[in-house]
Amino acid sequence: MPKPEKIKQPASGTIRRLLKLMLSFFPVMLPVTLFCILFNAAVSAIPSIFMQNIIAAVETSWQSGDWQGVSARILRLVTILAVLYVLSLTAGLVYNQLMALITQGTLKKLRIRLFDGMQRLPIRYFDTHNHGDIMSHYTNDIDALRQMISQSFPQLIISGVTVLILLGIMLYFSVWMSLLIWLGVLVIFLVTKKVGGGSARYFFRQQEAIGKVEGYIEESMNGQKVIKVFCHESESKADFDRLNDELFMVSETANKYANILGPLLNNIGNLLYVLVALGGGLLILSGLPNLSLSGMAMSISIAVPFLNITKQFVGNISQVSHQINAVVMGLAGTRRIFALMDEQPEQDQGYVTLVNATEEHGQLTESETFTGIWAWKHPHQADGTITYTRLAGDVRLYDVDFAYDPAKPILHDLSLYAKPGQKVAFVGATGAGKTTITNLLNRFYDIADGKIRYDGININKIRKPDLRHALGVVLQDTNLFSGTVMDNIRYGKLSASDADCVAAARLAGADDFISRLPQGYQTKLSENGANLSQGQRQLLSIARAAVADPPVMILDEATSSIDTRTEAIVQRGMDSLMHGRTVFVIAHRLSTVKNANVIIVLDHGRIIERGSHAELLAQKGQYYQLYTGAFELE
Amino acid sequence: MIKTLAKSIREYKNVSLLTPVFVSLEVVMECLIPFMIARLVNQIKAGSSLHHLLFSSLWLALMALVSLFFGSLAGLTCATASSGLARNLRKDMFYAIQDYAFENIDKFHTSSLVTRMTTDITNVQNAFMMIIRIAIRAPLMLIFAFVMAFIMGGRMAWIFLVVLPVLSAGLILVIARAMPVFRRVFRKYDRLNASIQENINGMRVVKSYVREDYEQQKFNAAAEEVCKDFTRAEQILAFNNPLMQFCIYTVMTFVLSYGSYTIITTRGLALDVGQMSALITYSFMMLMSLMMLSMVFVMITMAIESGQRIVAVLNEGSSLANPPQPVRQVANGSVDFDHVSFKYNLNADRLVLADINLHIRSGETIGIIGGTGSAKSSLIQLISRLYDATEGTVRVGGVDVRLYDLETLRNQVAVVLQKNVLFSGTIRENLRWGNQHMTEAQMRQACQIACADEFIEQFPKAYDAYIEQGGSNVSGGQKQRLCIARALLKQPQILILDDSTSAVDTRTDARIRQGLKTYLPQTTKIIIAQRTASVQDADRIIVLDSGRINGIGTHQELLEQNEIYREIYTSQNKMEADHAQA
Repeated sequence: MPKPEKIKQPASGTIRRLLKLMLSFFPVMLPVTLFCILFNAAVSAIPSIFMQNIIAAVETSWQSGDWQGVSARILRLVTILAVLYVLSLTAGLVYNQLMALITQGTLKKLRIRLFDGMQRLPIRYFDTHNHGDIMSHYTNDIDALRQMISQSFPQLIISGVTVLILLGIMLYFSVWMSLLIWLGVLVIFLVTKKVGGGSARYFFRQQEAIGKVEGYIEESMNGQKVIKVFCHESESKADFDRLNDELFMVSETANKYANILGPLLNNIGNLLYVLVALGGGLLILSGLPNLSLSGMAMSISIAVPFLNITKQFVGNISQVSHQINAVVMGLAGTRRIFALMDEQPEQDQGYVTLVNATEEHGQLTESETFTGIWAWKHPHQADGTITYTRLAGDVRLYDVDFAYDPAKPILHDLSLYAKPGQKVAFVGATGAGKTTITNLLNRFYDIADGKIRYDGININKIRKPDLRHALGVVLQDTNLFSGTVMDNIRYGKLSASDADCVAAARLAGADDFISRLPQGYQTKLSENGANLSQGQRQLLSIARAAVADPPVMILDEATSSIDTRTEAIVQRGMDSLMHGRTVFVIAHRLSTVKNANVIIVLDHGRIIERGSHAELLAQKGQYYQLYTGAFELE
Repeated sequence: MIKTLAKSIREYKNVSLLTPVFVSLEVVMECLIPFMIARLVNQIKAGSSLHHLLFSSLWLALMALVSLFFGSLAGLTCATASSGLARNLRKDMFYAIQDYAFENIDKFHTSSLVTRMTTDITNVQNAFMMIIRIAIRAPLMLIFAFVMAFIMGGRMAWIFLVVLPVLSAGLILVIARAMPVFRRVFRKYDRLNASIQENINGMRVVKSYVREDYEQQKFNAAAEEVCKDFTRAEQILAFNNPLMQFCIYTVMTFVLSYGSYTIITTRGLALDVGQMSALITYSFMMLMSLMMLSMVFVMITMAIESGQRIVAVLNEGSSLANPPQPVRQVANGSVDFDHVSFKYNLNADRLVLADINLHIRSGETIGIIGGTGSAKSSLIQLISRLYDATEGTVRVGGVDVRLYDLETLRNQVAVVLQKNVLFSGTIRENLRWGNQHMTEAQMRQACQIACADEFIEQFPKAYDAYIEQGGSNVSGGQKQRLCIARALLKQPQILILDDSTSAVDTRTDARIRQGLKTYLPQTTKIIIAQRTASVQDADRIIVLDSGRINGIGTHQELLEQNEIYREIYTSQNKMEADHAQA
C-alpha cells in the first residue's frame, strides 16, 4: 500500500519527471503517439459542427421535400465527415498500438532501473526496510503506474482536448447556453469532490482493514496446528469475525460511494440536458437575441447539435472524474518508485584491486591471464608507484568500534588477528555482536573507529568487489535461488565448469544427497529450495562457497536445529572447507570451535576471554560455563 | 463452483436480488429519456407553447430523478451485497480452515491460503458486483435501446442489425485471442516477482559473491520476456477502442446521410430531426453496452480461477469428525497402541509407522528417541488424534480415541509441538491459551515449572510484555519454555513434549524435567528428544527406527542391549569425555 504521507512532493514535479523519463525512453514514438491522440480527440469532437450544418440543410428543405436541391450539399458534408473519420480511425489505431508499446516499454525500463538501482544499494537499506515493502514497488506501485500510463493519461488528454474544442464550439453557437453548461460542470465538480473524496477515503481505509485481516490470517495459518492442539478454534473464529466485520463495513461504505457516483453524474448530465433543451426552446420561442461567436441566431439547427454536445461534454467530464482515483494511486506509486531510484547507492572509494600475477624471484608481475596466483595492486597516489602484494589471507582488526545506530554501540575496542590459515572462533550470547563481525569484514557496514587490514592493506582502500571476492561467506540463513542445483553451486564462481561444481559439492559432502535427487545436479530448485531439508540447503551453501575458493572464509553457523546425523555431515563439510584457509567462525553451537587457533568470547560487544579451547576450559570462566551447557548460547 | 460460492450469499440474498430489479428500472428510465427528448426537440421545432415545453421538461426531469433514485439504490444494494458476499466467503473459509484436521492443513501453504482469502475473494467480490449490476444493465440497455431505436427510426434501425454483430464478433475475436496470452503472461509476471523477492531476501549472498551484474542480466532477460508478452496481449486488446470508434462512425455517417435523405423525401413523416438525434443517442447506448459486456466477460473469466481456488478450500472436508455419541470423559492417562500402522497419504507405498504395539500406564514417564525420519512425531500425533491411524487402534484411558469428543481428548492430551509458535499479544494472553480462566497463581506456577519465570520477570512489563508475531522477539529457548508453560496450564492427564527443549541449556532442561515430576506426578509424560540426557531418567525409553519400535527399556537396559541407543549416547557424550580429559 503506498504511503503518501512519507514523501511530500508536488505532483507536478513527479509528473514532469515521469514524462521526461518516458520521452527519453521513446523520443520519437511518444510525440507521434501524442499527436495521434490529439488528432483523434479533435476529430471526435468536430462532427457536431457538421451535424449542425447537415441539420440546417435538412431544416431548410424538409418541408419542400426537395432532396435534389440539398443532396449535393449534404453529401459533400458527409463525405468530409467520412474522410475525417477515416483519418481519426487511423490515428486511433496507431495511438492505441503505440500506447501498448510505450506503456509496457516504460514499465520494463522502470523495472530494470529499479532493480539495477536496488542491486547498488547498501545492505543497510535492506536491513532497515521491510522486504514486503520493497517488494511492493515492483507489484503495487508498478501496477498503479501501468493503470495511469495506459488508461488515465490518454483518457485525460482526450477528454481535455475534447472539452476544450467543445467549449469553443459551444461559444461559437451560443454563449448563454454555454454558461448553462458551465453551471452544470460546477455541480459535477462539487459532487465528485464530495462523493469521490468519500470513496477514496474509504478505499484507503479498506486497504488498511485488508492489511489487518491479512496479517491475522497469516498468523493463524502459521499457527494452525497449535490452534488445533489447544482447541482454540472458537476464540480465533471470534477474533477473526471482529476484523472481518470491520473490513466489511469499510468495504461496503467505500463501494457505496463509488457506486452512486456513476448514476449521480449520469443523471446530472440528464438534468443538464433537459435544462439545455428548455433553455434552447425558450431562446427560440422568445426570440431573445442570441450571443455567440458565430453571430448565428438561435435556431433548431443549433439546439439539436448543442444537445449532443452537452451529452459529450458531460460524458468527458465524468470520464475525468472516474480517472481521479487511478491518477492519485498512480502518482503515489510513481513517487515511491522515484524515491527508491533516488536512494543513495553503496559508496566505494577503494582503489586497490585484485589482479592475477606471476611470481619470479619473489617479484610479482601483473598478468592478463589466469595464473592461480592473486595479488593486490596498490597504486600510491603520493609518488605514482604501484606495489603488488600477494593475496595471502592475513586479517587484522585494530581497536574497532562499531554501531548500527550511533546511540547503541555494538562493538568496543575490538582487536584481533588471524594469520593465513588460522582459525578464529567467536562465541557469545545473542546480541554479543558475533554476526556483526561478518558485516564489517566485507564492508556491508563501515566501522566507526579503528582499522581493519587485509594482507596489511586498510580495507577501506580496497575496491569493495575485490575485497568481497577475497572473502567467502557462508551465512546463517541459507538463501538459494531459483534454478538447478548446478546453477546454485556455480553462483560462487560463474566460470566454474560442471566438474568444478561437482568437486566442490564432494568437498562439502553435498554430492551424496544431490545424486539421490530425481534429476541429480539438474534438479530445479524453487522457493529458496523448499523441496530440500534445512541441512541439505546448508550443504549447498557450503558447496557454493567452496567453488568460489577464497583465501578467507567467514562461517556463520546455522542456528536452527538439525538432527545429529545431518549435523555431523554439515560439520564435516565445514571442516573440509576450512582446511588451508583463514577462517572466522561465528559459533552458535560450539561444536565447530574446539580446534580453532583462538576462541574469542564476546559479551556485549567486548572481548571478555580469548585463548585456545584447552586454555579457556582451564580458566573456568564464561567459556567453560557455555561449554558445559550451563548457559544458553542462543 | 457457482453453487458453493452462492451458499455464502445468505443474509445478502435480498439485496442481491433487489439490485437487478433496481438496475432494470434505472435502465428503463434511461432509455425513455432520449425518447422524451426527441419529443421536446420536435416541440421546440414546431414552436409549441411555453406551457407545453415546460410540461415535457418537467416530465424529463422527473424521469432523470427516478433514474437517479433507482440507480443510486442499485448502487447501494450492490455495495452491500458484494461486500457481504466477500465477508461471508472470508468467514466460511476461515471457519472451514479452523475445522481442518492436520491432514488437511498439510495440503495448503500458508501463503496460498492468505492469497485465497484476500486477492481471490476481492476478485470474486468485484465479479459479483459486475454480475448483479453491469451484467444485468448492459444487455437490458442493449435490448431497450434497440427496441426504442426501432420504434423511432423504423427502417433506419436496420443499420444496428449490421453494426452490432460486427462489433460483437470483433470483441469476441479480440478477447479470444488476448485471454490465453494474458493467462500466460500473468504466470510469467508472478515468476518475475518471485525472483525479485528472492533477490531481496538473498541480497547478502548477492553482495558477498559480487553478483550484482549477474543478477541484473538475469533480471533484464526475464523483464524483457514479460514485457514482450504483455505488449502482445495489450496490443491485441488495443483493437477494442478503434473497433468501437469504427462502429460509432459508421452509424453516425449512415444516420446523418440516410437520415437526412429520409427526412427530406418523406417530408418528416417517417423520421424527423428530433428522432434522428435520438437515434444517435441510442446507438451510443447500444455500442457502449456491448463494450461493457465484453469487459464484464473478461472480469468474470479472470474471477473463475479465483473462484475455483476458494471452492477448493471450502470443499476440503475435514478428514476427522466427532463421533455421533462422543465420550466426554477421559478416565486416566494410559495410552495403548494395538497393531497401529500409519501413513500420511493413503496412496503412499511406504508406511510411516508399522505395526506399533505399545502400552503406557497412567502416570508413567516415557522417553522417545531416534533419528530423523524415525517417525517420533508421527507416533505421538496419533494420541491426541491429530491424525487417524491407518490400521489398528489407539486408546487413551482404555477408550478408542475415535470415540472421544475431540475437544475433550485434546484438552486432556496436551502436546507441545516441535514447530511451535507464539502469537502476537502479551505473554499473559499467550499463556491463557492453555486455560481461559487461569488464576495469577496458576500462571506463575506453570511458568515456574517451565523455568520461564526467571526471564519473564526480567522484562520491564513482566507477564504483560508484548510478544511479536511468531515470537520473534524472544530467543528460541525462551520460546520453548513459554510453550511448555502454556501446555502445563491445561493440567492435562497426558503431556507430550515433542523435542521441546532442544534450544534450552542442559541445566534448565534438567530442572524442567524435575519440576514436571514433582508438580504433575499423576500425569503421563511422553518426552521426545534428540539428546539422551533429556530422557535417561524416564521410566521407559522407546527407541524408534524407521517407523518401528527398535527397543524399549530403561536407560541402563538400553545401553546394554540396544545398539542404536548406545550409538546415539556415545556420539553425544564424546564431547563430555573430551572435556573430562581437558
